Amino acid sequence: MANQVETLTTAARRAERRRPDASGSARVRALWRFCRRKPLGALGGLIVLALIVMAALAPWIAHYAYDETLRGARLKAPGAQFWMGTDNLGRDMWSRVVYGARVSVTVGFGAVLLANALGALIGVSSGYFGGKYDICVQRVVDAWQSFPFLVVILSIMAVLGPGLLNIVLALGVVGAANASRVIRGTTISVVENVYVESARAIGCGHLRIMVRHILPNVAGTIIVLATIGLGAFILAESALSFLGFGVPPPYPSWGAMLSGAGRSFFYQAPWMAIYPGLAISLAVFGFNMLGDALRDMLDPRLRGVGGRMR
Amino acid sequence: MRKYVLRRLLVAIPSLLIASFIVFSLPRLLPGDIVQLMLEERAYGKDLDDLRAKLGLNRPIYVQYFEWLGSVVRGHLGESLWTKRPVVEELTRRLPVSLKLGALALLFSVSISLPIGILAAVRQDTLADYLSRSVAILALSIPGFWLATLVVVLPAIWWNWSPPIQFTEFSADPWAHVAQFILPAFILGVASSAAIMRLTRATLLEVLRQDYVRTAWAKGSRERSVVLKHGLKNALIPVVTVLGIQIAQILGGTVIFETIFGLPGMGRFLFDAINQRDYPVIQGINLLIVSMIVLMNLLVDACYAFLDPRIRY
Repeated sequence: MANQVETLTTAARRAERRRPDASGSARVRALWRFCRRKPLGALGGLIVLALIVMAALAPWIAHYAYDETLRGARLKAPGAQFWMGTDNLGRDMWSRVVYGARVSVTVGFGAVLLANALGALIGVSSGYFGGKYDICVQRVVDAWQSFPFLVVILSIMAVLGPGLLNIVLALGVVGAANASRVIRGTTISVVENVYVESARAIGCGHLRIMVRHILPNVAGTIIVLATIGLGAFILAESALSFLGFGVPPPYPSWGAMLSGAGRSFFYQAPWMAIYPGLAISLAVFGFNMLGDALRDMLDPRLRGVGGRMR
Repeated sequence: MRKYVLRRLLVAIPSLLIASFIVFSLPRLLPGDIVQLMLEERAYGKDLDDLRAKLGLNRPIYVQYFEWLGSVVRGHLGESLWTKRPVVEELTRRLPVSLKLGALALLFSVSISLPIGILAAVRQDTLADYLSRSVAILALSIPGFWLATLVVVLPAIWWNWSPPIQFTEFSADPWAHVAQFILPAFILGVASSAAIMRLTRATLLEVLRQDYVRTAWAKGSRERSVVLKHGLKNALIPVVTVLGIQIAQILGGTVIFETIFGLPGMGRFLFDAINQRDYPVIQGINLLIVSMIVLMNLLVDACYAFLDPRIRY
C-alpha cells in the first residue's frame, strides 16, 4: 500500500517535472495530427499564414510603392517585370495586391475581435441571467438580425463615412448580433453544469462566475466563430470597398481595385479585373478551410453556423 | 395553427417596432447634413433654416418619428427629398424588378443545392462528396461582384459578346426582359446554394443514421423512397430555416447585382438614396425589407408544422 502511494507520488512528480517540455512537444504533435487528419484545413492555415506574412512584410515583398506611378508603364500585361501587370495609371498590380492584404487582414481581425468581444458580452450575460433580461435582449438581437447584412452595413457606413476604423466598427457591431446568438446558446448549456452551481454555492458573484467559470468554457465556440467570421468579414469588406464605402484611395483595397474609374479599362487589361478578385477568393478560401477543420475538431455542434455575408 | 400564426404576428410587432426605430434613426445620424448638401447642389430654399422648416427637419426627432410612424400605418412613406415623388409610387415600380431577381436567384439556389446536397450525403466520402464539398467552399469564398464583373468582361474580350446591361421592359421585349435576369440571378443563387447544400448534407447524414431509417431499409423500401420520403423530409427543417436567412441575404445582394447589371430595382434605389442621404427613401426601403423578412420568418415557422406533423402549435 505504502509502496503504491510512493510510486504514484513519484509518477506525479515525474509528470510535474516533464510538463513544460512535454506541452511543447505535445503541441507540435497536435499540430501534426491536425495536418494529417485535415489536410485541407492545413492548406487553409498555410494560406492564412502567407496572407499575414504578406500584410506584415508588404514593403519588402512589393516591388514598388502602392501609389507609385511608373512612367511609360500604363496597362502593361503581366510579365517578368510586372508579375500581375500594371493598371491604367501605370501602377504595379502585384505591389498593390500585396499592400491590399494589409486592409483585409486589419479589417478581418479587427472586426472579428470587436464582434466576438461584444457578442460574448451580450451572449454570456443573456444566457446566464435569462428571464426578462434575456427576452428583451433577444428581441433587440432579433430586430438587428432581421436586416440584410449589406443593407445595415451600408447604412452604418453612410453614417460613419469611409475609413478603415469605421469599417471595423460597422462590421464588428453587425457581426456581434450573430456571434451573440451562438455564444448565448453555448452559455445556456454551460450554465447547467454542476461547477457553476457550486461556484454560486460558495458565494461567487455573477461577474466572477461569468468571467472565471463560463467564459473559459465557451472559448472553443468563440475561436471557431472567429475563424469562420474572418473569411466572411474579409468578403464583406471587399464588397463595401467595391461599392465605394471602404478605405479611401489611393490606398489599395482588393474590393476597391475592382471598382471605380478602372472598370472601363478591364476590357483592355483583364488582369486588372482578375488578380484582386483572385486574392480575395484565395484569402477567404483559406479562412473557410481552416475554420471548417477547426470546427470539426473543436466543436462539431456548430455545423451549419457561419457561412457568408454579402 | 391559426392561433399560433396570430400569436407569432403579435410577437413580431415589438420586433418590427424596434426595427422601425432603427430604420428611422440610422439615416438621421448621417454626418453630412442633407440640408447643406441640397443647398450646395440646387437652391431649394432661401437659407438653411428655411429649407429645414420646409422639410420638417427642425422639429425634435421623436416628434418626427411618431409622425412618420403614423403615416406609415396609413400607407404613406413620404416623398423623396430630391425628386419629390412619393416613395410608395417609386417602390411599386421598382419592387417587381428586385422580386423577380430574388425569386429567380432562390430558384437557382434551391435547384442546385438540394440535389447536390442529397447526393453528397447519400454517397458520403466518395469522390462526388469530396468534389461537391470543395466546390461549395470555393463558392462561399468567391465574391459575387467579382464573378459578375468577370462574366461581363471576359466574354466581351473572348467573343465580343457581353450580357445586356441596358434594362428592357417586359412590354417592349418579353424574352429580352426575362433573359436579362438569368445571369445575375444565377450568380446570386450559386453563392447562397453553397450554404444550403452544406447544411442539407450535414442534416441528411444525421437523419440517415436514425432508427426509423434503418427500419425503412429493413422493410425493403427502395433507396429512393428511403432517402426522399424518410430521410429528406425529416432533414428539411434546418434547411428551411437557413433558406429564410438566405432570402434576407439575397435581398441584400440585390444592391450589388442591380448596380452591376443595370437593373432599376429596389437595391440600386437604396444605394443611390444612401449616397444622396435621401431619408424618406432609405427609411421606406429598409422598412419594406425588414417587414418582408419578418413575414418570411413567420412563413418558415409555419412550414415546420407541414414538414413535421409532430410539431403542434
